[in-house]
Amino acid sequence: MDLSEINPVLLVASLMVAATPLLLAAIGELVVEKAGVLNLGVEGMMIVGAISGFAISVETGSPWLGFIAAAIGGAVLSLLFVLLTQFALANQVASGLALTLFGLGFSALMGQSYVGVKPPSMGEIHIPIISDIPVIGPVLFQHDPILYLGIALTAAVWAVLKYTRVGLILRAVGENHDAAHALGYKVIKIRIMAILFGGACAGLGGAYISLIRVPQWTEGMTAGVGWIALALVVFASWKPWRALLGAYLFGGITVLQLNLQAAGVAIPVEYLAMSPYIITILVLVILSADKSSAPASLGRIFHASH
Amino acid sequence: MTTPLLSLQGLTKAYPGVVANDQVSFDIGEGEVHALLGENGAGKSTLVKMIYGLVKPDSGTMLLRGQTYAPPEPRSARADGIAMVFQHFSLFDALNVAENIALGMENPPAMGDLASRIREVSETYGLPLDPYRTVGDLSAGERQRVEIIRCLLQDPKLLIMDEPTSVLTPQEVEILFETLNKLRSEGTSILYISHKLEEIRTLCDHATILRLGKNVGECVPSETSARDMAEMMVGSTLQTPERSGREFGEVALDVTGLSVPSPSEFGTALRNVHMTVRKGEVLGIGGVAGNGQDELLGVLSGEILTTADAIKFNGQSIGKLGPTARRKLGVLTAPEERLGHAAAPDMTLTENAFLTGSVREGLESNGFLKWSETKVFAEKIIKAFDVRTPGPENAARSLSGGNLQKFVIGREVLQNPDVLVVNQPTWGVDAAAAASIRQAILDLAANGTAVICISQDLDELMEISDSFAALNEGRLSAPRLTTGLTVDEIGLMMGGAHGMEVAHV
Amino acid sequence: MLEKRPQPSKAWSYATPLVAVLATMLFGGVLFAILGKNPIEAIGTIFWDPLFGEFSFYYRPQLLVKGAPLVLIAIGLSLGFRAGIWNIGAEGQYIMGAIFGAGAGLAFYPLDAWYIFPIMVIAGAFGGWIWATIPAFLKVRFGTNEILVSLMLVYVAEQMLASVSLGLLKNPEGFGFPGSRNFQSYDSGHNAELIAGSGMHWGVVAAFIAVIFAYVLLNRHILGFHIRLTGEAPRAAKFAGVNPARLILFCLGLSGALAGLAGMFEVSGPSGVVSIDFNVGYGFTAIIVAFLGRLHPVGILLAGGLMALTYIGGEIAQSQLGLPAAAIQVFQGMLLFFLLAFDLLTNYRIRAARSEVA
Repeated sequence: MDLSEINPVLLVASLMVAATPLLLAAIGELVVEKAGVLNLGVEGMMIVGAISGFAISVETGSPWLGFIAAAIGGAVLSLLFVLLTQFALANQVASGLALTLFGLGFSALMGQSYVGVKPPSMGEIHIPIISDIPVIGPVLFQHDPILYLGIALTAAVWAVLKYTRVGLILRAVGENHDAAHALGYKVIKIRIMAILFGGACAGLGGAYISLIRVPQWTEGMTAGVGWIALALVVFASWKPWRALLGAYLFGGITVLQLNLQAAGVAIPVEYLAMSPYIITILVLVILSADKSSAPASLGRIFHASH
Repeated sequence: MTTPLLSLQGLTKAYPGVVANDQVSFDIGEGEVHALLGENGAGKSTLVKMIYGLVKPDSGTMLLRGQTYAPPEPRSARADGIAMVFQHFSLFDALNVAENIALGMENPPAMGDLASRIREVSETYGLPLDPYRTVGDLSAGERQRVEIIRCLLQDPKLLIMDEPTSVLTPQEVEILFETLNKLRSEGTSILYISHKLEEIRTLCDHATILRLGKNVGECVPSETSARDMAEMMVGSTLQTPERSGREFGEVALDVTGLSVPSPSEFGTALRNVHMTVRKGEVLGIGGVAGNGQDELLGVLSGEILTTADAIKFNGQSIGKLGPTARRKLGVLTAPEERLGHAAAPDMTLTENAFLTGSVREGLESNGFLKWSETKVFAEKIIKAFDVRTPGPENAARSLSGGNLQKFVIGREVLQNPDVLVVNQPTWGVDAAAAASIRQAILDLAANGTAVICISQDLDELMEISDSFAALNEGRLSAPRLTTGLTVDEIGLMMGGAHGMEVAHV
Repeated sequence: MLEKRPQPSKAWSYATPLVAVLATMLFGGVLFAILGKNPIEAIGTIFWDPLFGEFSFYYRPQLLVKGAPLVLIAIGLSLGFRAGIWNIGAEGQYIMGAIFGAGAGLAFYPLDAWYIFPIMVIAGAFGGWIWATIPAFLKVRFGTNEILVSLMLVYVAEQMLASVSLGLLKNPEGFGFPGSRNFQSYDSGHNAELIAGSGMHWGVVAAFIAVIFAYVLLNRHILGFHIRLTGEAPRAAKFAGVNPARLILFCLGLSGALAGLAGMFEVSGPSGVVSIDFNVGYGFTAIIVAFLGRLHPVGILLAGGLMALTYIGGEIAQSQLGLPAAAIQVFQGMLLFFLLAFDLLTNYRIRAARSEVA
C-alpha cells in the first residue's frame, strides 16, 4: 500500500470530471422536479445519451456533434415519459422505471457494434494565463468544455428559477398545479418543456461518461449514476448550488475510492466499490428529516377536469 | 338605458350527463354589486369559469360594454379587466405574497416595485399585508386579502368573488364589505357569488338566482325577504329540523389541556383545548377554516395520538388509543374531506362501509372479511339515508357530493355511537340532503349520543347545537349555551377581526 | 379529450394487458425488421416455438424454471406497489437470498441430512427480508425514500456477490476459479426437480403457494384490505386505523423474503453455484411482470409465464436467427410502456375533442 502515490492535484482535477455527469443529470432532474414531476428514468436517459453521443461522435469524428446527439437522444427518450405521464396519465414512478428498463435494453442494442471502439477526443480548454498557475491551474482551468458547461448550467438554472418570470411560473406549477391552471397557465406544456430539458441534461451527462470520463462504450456503463443523481436532488433540497456541492462530494468519494483501490489499500476492492452507494444511503437518511423544500405537487397527476 | 358592463345572453354549457348552464342570461351594470345566488351544484361555478375564460360555452354570447367578449383563456379575461377571487385552489403556499401576486398579473413590475405597490393598495383599502411573508403561514382571512389585492392591482372593471365570506369571521366580513363598497363607489362592478342570503341583502344591488343550471329569477335583494329568495333558490319550501326538549346525561367525552402539533407543515397546532360533552348534548364548534378543525378531528378520531389523559371517554383515558380501539369503545368520527379521507374514492361502497364499520358491525373474524355481511350493512346505509346510487358495488367517486356525504354520515350514525364527532357535515350538500343530515344528528343526540359538530356554517350550528365554542388559532373558547348568543358575541369568540383594523374609508 | 369514468372499467382492466401484448408484438416486429430479421419468423420463434415447436419438450419445463422466480418476486412487489410502497431493489434482495441460502447450505458441507434444505430455505428468505428491511426501517424511522435506498442496495448486493464468490464461498476445490461449490452435486442442499424432466422444483411450488396466499390476503383478509386502502387513499387508511409503519415493514419485508426465496431456489437448483454472474436480472424483470399482471395475483401468474416465454423464445431467436439479446430486453421494456399507456382506458374514456380551454 502506498498512499503517497495519490496525487492531490490529480485527485481534485479528476474529482471534477467524475462529478460532471452527476451534476448534469441532477440539474436537469432538479428542474423537472421543480415543475412537480418525478422522473425516475434518469438512468435510462443517461445511458441512451451515452450511446447516442458515442455513436455519433465515432461516426462523425466530432465530439461536439456527439454531445448534441446525446442531448437529443435523452430528450427523445424523455418524450416517451411525457406521453405516458402527461397524456396517458400513468403513474410517474412506474413510468420512470419503464424508461430506465427500456433505455438500458435499447442502448445495449444500439451499442453492439461500438464495444471496444475508441471515441474521438474532445481536447481541453487551456484558459490562457490562469491555467498556467501552479496547482490551481491544472486543477481548475485545464478541463474539457462540457465540464464548464455543467457549472454554467447550474448558474443559469439558479438565476432563472430565482429571478425570472419563467422560473416563477415553473415553481408555481410544481407547487400547486390546480392553482396555476386556474390562473390560466398551461401546466402540461410547462411540464413537458421541463421534462425535455431534464432528458437533454441527462443525455449530456451520459455522453460525458462514454466520451470523456471513461472513454469507451460498455453495456450498462452508467452503473447507477442516474439513481445517485436522483438522490442528489433530494440532498440539494432542490437548490442548484447545493446540487453542485453534492455532485463534487460524490465525485470526490468515487475518485478517492478508485485511488485507494489503485494504491492497494488493505480494504477489499468490492467494499470500496460499494462505498459510494452506501454513502448515498447515509446522506439520504441524514437529509430525510427535512422535506419542507420539496415541491408540493411533486409526483401528482394533473388532469384538468373542467 | 345605458349599456351594461357585461351582458350574458343564452349561455349554455353541458358536461356528460349534466347541463351545468342552460340558456342563462343576465346583465351586470357599471358600478353594480350583482349577486349570483344558488345552491351547490346550481351551476354558479361553471358560469363564472366561462366569464373568466377557463371554460368555453357550448352556445350563447357575452358582450362586454357592447363588444363581443369571448376570452380564450384567463389571461385575456384579465387583459379585458375581469378579475377573480377564488374560493379555493389559487394560492401557492411555498411562495411569498409578492410572488403570488405577480403570478396573477400580466406584466408584473420588478419585485421591489411590486412590493411597494402592494403596500400602497393594501393601505388604501384597509387590507394590511406584508409582501414578503410566505403565503402558507397566513390565516384564511389574510390569504383572501392576497387574492383581493392581486385583483385590485390590475384596476379591474369587474371583480368576481366566489363565496368570499365562507372563510371570514363576522367582523372580517364587515371589513370586506367596506372594501367592496369603496370599490363600488369608484365605479368597479362586482359579481358576488354566495348562498348566504343575509349578506346579499346587505351588500348587493341586484341578484340573479340559478337553480339546476337555469336562471329562475331576478330580484332586488334589499326589497326581497330572505325566505322568498331561499324558496326561489331551492324551488320548494324547506323543512327545518325538529328538536325536542333535551335532557343531558353524564359527561361522555372530557378533553383537558389538549395540545398537539399539526402533522402538516402549514397546519395549525392545538393549544390547551378544554371541553366536555354530555350524553345527549350537541356541542357546536365554529371558527374560520384553518384554525385547527382538521387537527381537532384527527386527535378525536385517533389519527393523531396524544397523552392518554388529555381525552377521556366515560372516565377512561383514550388519548393514546388509535382509531380502531376508539371505535370499539363507541367514539366515532366523520372527517370533512369525503373523497380520500372519509372514503376511498376508487373503492366500492361496500368496501367503504367496511372501512369504519368493521369493528362495531362485526364484519371481520380473525382478520378475515365477511363480504356478505358488509354488503348488507352498506345496503342498510343506502336505504336508511336515501343515498342515490345504483347499488353498493359502485365506486364512492361515482356518487355526487351530497349523496356521498349522506353515506359517510349514515355509516357512523348507524353504528350507534356513544360519541360522534363530525366536521363540516353538510359542506357542499344541497339543502334537502343537508336538512336530513342535521335531522339525523339531532335524532342521535335525542337517543343519548354526545355529538360534537365542527362547522364553518354558523347558521347550521345555531340550528342544531345546544352549546357553542369557537376555534381560533388552535385555541378553543369556553363553550356557552347557544340560546341567547348574538352574532357579535360569536364573532368575538371566533377571534374578532384577527387584529385587523377596520378600513378608514 | 379525456374524461374520467365514474368508476374504473372492468372490461378494460382485463383487456389492457392483451392489447399491450399485441401492440408490443407489432412494434417488436418493426424493431426486428429494422434489425434485418423476418418479423413474423422472429415473433413466431419467441412465442410459438417454446410451446409448440420441435423442441418444445425441452423448452416447456424451462417455462416453469424461468417463470417461478419472476412470479415469486412479482407477487411480493405487487403487494407493496398496491400500497404505494416502491421496492425496486428486488434484484438486491434476490442476490442476498441466494448468498444467505447458499451460505447456510455450504456451511454444512459435506454433511448429509434432511434438515439442511429447509434451513437453506429459511436462510434465503431471511437474507432477502433483512435486505428489504433496511429501506423499510429507514423509511419508518427517518422518512427516507425507499425507492432510492432499495435501489442503491442492489449495487451493494452485487458487490457482496462478487466478494463472496471470490472469497468466503469460493469452492476450495475449484482450482482458483471464482464461484462456489455446485449444489447439483450436493444432494442435501440441492433444489432438484421434483419430477424429472418437468422443470417442477420447490421454487415453482413456492410460487404457486405465493399466488394463492396473495389472492386470499388481498380479497379476504383485513391486511390485504388495508394494503389496497393505503395505496388508493392514504388518509382514509389512517382514518380506518391502519398503522403505516407496520404496513411498510410488512410489505417491504414480505417482498424481500419472497425475492430472497427466489434467489435461494435459483442458486441451489437451476444455477447451482454462487458466481459473479449468476443473477439474470429477475428482480428488475419482475417489476414488469407485476405491472403486466395488473398487480393481481392471477394476472401475475399469467404475466410471469408470458415473460418467461420471451426469455426462452429470445434465447432460441438468439441462437437460430442471431437476434441480439438486447433486442429481447427492449421488447420487454416496450411491453411495460404499452401497458402503462393503455391503462389510461381503464379510468378514462376518450371523447371526440371539443374546443375547450384545457
